[in-house]
Amino acid sequence: MLARTAENLFWMARHIERAENTARMLDVAHRSSLLPLDIDGAEAFLWFAPLNITGCASIYEQKYGGLAKAGTVTRFMALDPENPASIYTCLHLARENARAVRGAITSEMWEVINGTWLELNRLSRQMGDDDFPEFFDWVKDRSHLFRGVTLGTIVKDIALSFLKLGTFLERADNTARMLDVKYHILLPSINDVGGAADYYQWGSLLKSVSAFEAYRKIYRDAISPLRVAELLVLSDYMPRSLHSCLNEVEAALIDINGVSGREVRRKAGELHASLHFSRIEDVFSLGLHEYLTQFLEHIDLLGYGIRDAYMSRREMVAEPSASTPLAFAQ
Amino acid sequence: MSTKPKINFFNELNTESGGVREIYQRYSEWLGTLPDGKLERKSAEAEILFRRLGITFAVYGEASDAERLIPFDIVPRIFGAAEWRRLEEGIKQRVRALNAFLHDIYHDQEIIKSGIIAADQVLNNAMYRPEMQGIDLPNQVYAHISGIDLVRVAENDFYVLEDNLRTPSGVSYMLENRRTMMRLFPELFANHAVEPVEHYPQMLLKTLRESAHPGVSNPVIVVLTPGAYNSAYFEHAFLASQMGVELVEGQDLFVHQKKVYMHTTEGPQQVDVIYRRVDDDFLDPLAFRPDSILGVPGLFEAYRSGNVALANGVGTGVADDKSTYLYVPDMIRFYLGETPILSNVPTWQLSKPDDCKYVLEHLPELVVKEVQGSGGYGMLVGPTSSQAEIDAYRLRILDDPSNFIAQPTLALSTCPTLVESGVAPRHVDLRPFVLSGKEIRLVPGGLTRVAIREGSLVVNSSQGGGTKDTWVLED
Repeated sequence: MLARTAENLFWMARHIERAENTARMLDVAHRSSLLPLDIDGAEAFLWFAPLNITGCASIYEQKYGGLAKAGTVTRFMALDPENPASIYTCLHLARENARAVRGAITSEMWEVINGTWLELNRLSRQMGDDDFPEFFDWVKDRSHLFRGVTLGTIVKDIALSFLKLGTFLERADNTARMLDVKYHILLPSINDVGGAADYYQWGSLLKSVSAFEAYRKIYRDAISPLRVAELLVLSDYMPRSLHSCLNEVEAALIDINGVSGREVRRKAGELHASLHFSRIEDVFSLGLHEYLTQFLEHIDLLGYGIRDAYMSRREMVAEPSASTPLAFAQ
Repeated sequence: MSTKPKINFFNELNTESGGVREIYQRYSEWLGTLPDGKLERKSAEAEILFRRLGITFAVYGEASDAERLIPFDIVPRIFGAAEWRRLEEGIKQRVRALNAFLHDIYHDQEIIKSGIIAADQVLNNAMYRPEMQGIDLPNQVYAHISGIDLVRVAENDFYVLEDNLRTPSGVSYMLENRRTMMRLFPELFANHAVEPVEHYPQMLLKTLRESAHPGVSNPVIVVLTPGAYNSAYFEHAFLASQMGVELVEGQDLFVHQKKVYMHTTEGPQQVDVIYRRVDDDFLDPLAFRPDSILGVPGLFEAYRSGNVALANGVGTGVADDKSTYLYVPDMIRFYLGETPILSNVPTWQLSKPDDCKYVLEHLPELVVKEVQGSGGYGMLVGPTSSQAEIDAYRLRILDDPSNFIAQPTLALSTCPTLVESGVAPRHVDLRPFVLSGKEIRLVPGGLTRVAIREGSLVVNSSQGGGTKDTWVLED
């Protein structure tokens, strides 16, 4: 496969996943804001989280000042073309990447991405403040549709593997960030396990990664921070947990194979093994925040490793001769 | 008020006595059975289909709405089997002669030696590439993909408007138009025996495989595009995916020891045939325009060395130039010893003082074009232009007469077309796509372009023209 095609596929999938995650995050913030909040500045506190998680707090502050308000944050994160992490920007970039590899994806996949982009432009012109919850559902639906169409139509070759790499690397990154930020916010209530506010707050985190039902099913118990973390980090039942994501990333790298991927496969294997064999008590003894920070660094390194192994342009420097066979494809 | 010259147009639907021509009979009956508003609804449906598929093109110089749809007209243009056979023969003959001409002028130049074309006409042509002199190409083919633009002026009279031998585009519309028609009107295809065109990409792939240098047993083929912002990008991606080959940009290729490679996820892979949709000038910054970022440094050297085949070959522009066009009937006689089946449009060359004088005196009746222009940009259509437009154009001609040619305003035939007032006649032309490998092939049909505006004779998409599905009926 063309190195550039691999790069476009990877980023196309990554941006769609990112759009979905942003929609999930904003949806949860919306739900949480409906709960009674009795502390001063609670609104700013609550709405700062999405900015913090996606790392675009400083752009927001430049544009709107420091105070995070429900309406402005929502629009900024959903529809602002100047925000590199907005849903709008992500879906735009997904489409641009898809356009660059139209020959490598199925026409059904292209139609979903292109249709999403056209619909987004129509929706964004007429969106009232009340329309956002419905919009977030729409974004999630389009992402689900894209994944379904992909699995239902694409040939199972390395194109699919690069799409999976993009999807699951982004998902791992996002789940880790959500857990990290939310955990900080929720930490004051750690002594209040079982309280009503606690139930809603932790519940909303679980819902944002579609893990609420899974939690009930697996633990059949009150929501506790330790178990939430265990479910989102170590469980491989949960499709959005770090462990599940790394399962997929490692499998995709093994499918892609190739000499140049040796080092990145090793890195992914190492990270996967650490999730596979860790206990949640060990994670907490290091400190969840420290653990997640390290995890995010590893995810970054994996991303760079994938780029270097498969997406860079490696010209032949040495003179080819009979005794030194080059790594030609085919 | 000047009186506009009155022209008689051939109507492809009706006979002169007002009846329906036989080949349109069945379609016409079917049309009569449609309830009111049905065609309009289907037309709207077609537009949604095209937009969702992203079959768009960019108009140069238009910032807003950069991706535009070419209007698709849902009334097909129909040819009978017999009239198509004659056309097909004429088109193949013409392409065979053009390739023979290109081989000749880049080798022995017999046509110049025999005095049929002046050396100056060829060798001082801006599109002539001296670097190509003496290079042998597989099958002696230069123009692997040609688009021959035809207009019909009478039942049995077709004129060749121009030969497109560089990177002719539009074939994806031919294919998508058919697909859309079959989706919208399956019943029409059930009661008409329409010759299929869907195998064009397979024919193209076959042609490209045949065009590899001898000794390459299983050639690696790619489509080279200038990139996603090119006006015909959709078509490049479409053809690559239909053929199952990689769509590459210049940055994906490199040359090592006069061989061309592409960057893949598993390292470099050698490329044997490049269907390039990048103009000569931009192919290789080392050989041609040094500021080109679309090309591949060293590509031309690899090509000269016979390590990679390019389709189309380099230097074909000298044969589809509007001033060389005049000599194509002579080429057919000279190289093939045959009588030309298709006619040229009578043409005045403004480089000749007598012609120039005549043209300047008759501007309101004529069509004037730049010798190297394309796409309908920078042309004057006398009968539909205002006095001010004609005067402005006159100044441009006087500035450099040799840069222009003129032709009579052609009586382009009309086809029934869906417009706001219903189904009405509009002017059309036809571009069939001709493939040259070990043999010459074309699918029955082509791209029919239609001038949507009433009375307009300009069918170019950049000038608001639309397209139609083109049917060739089986015997």
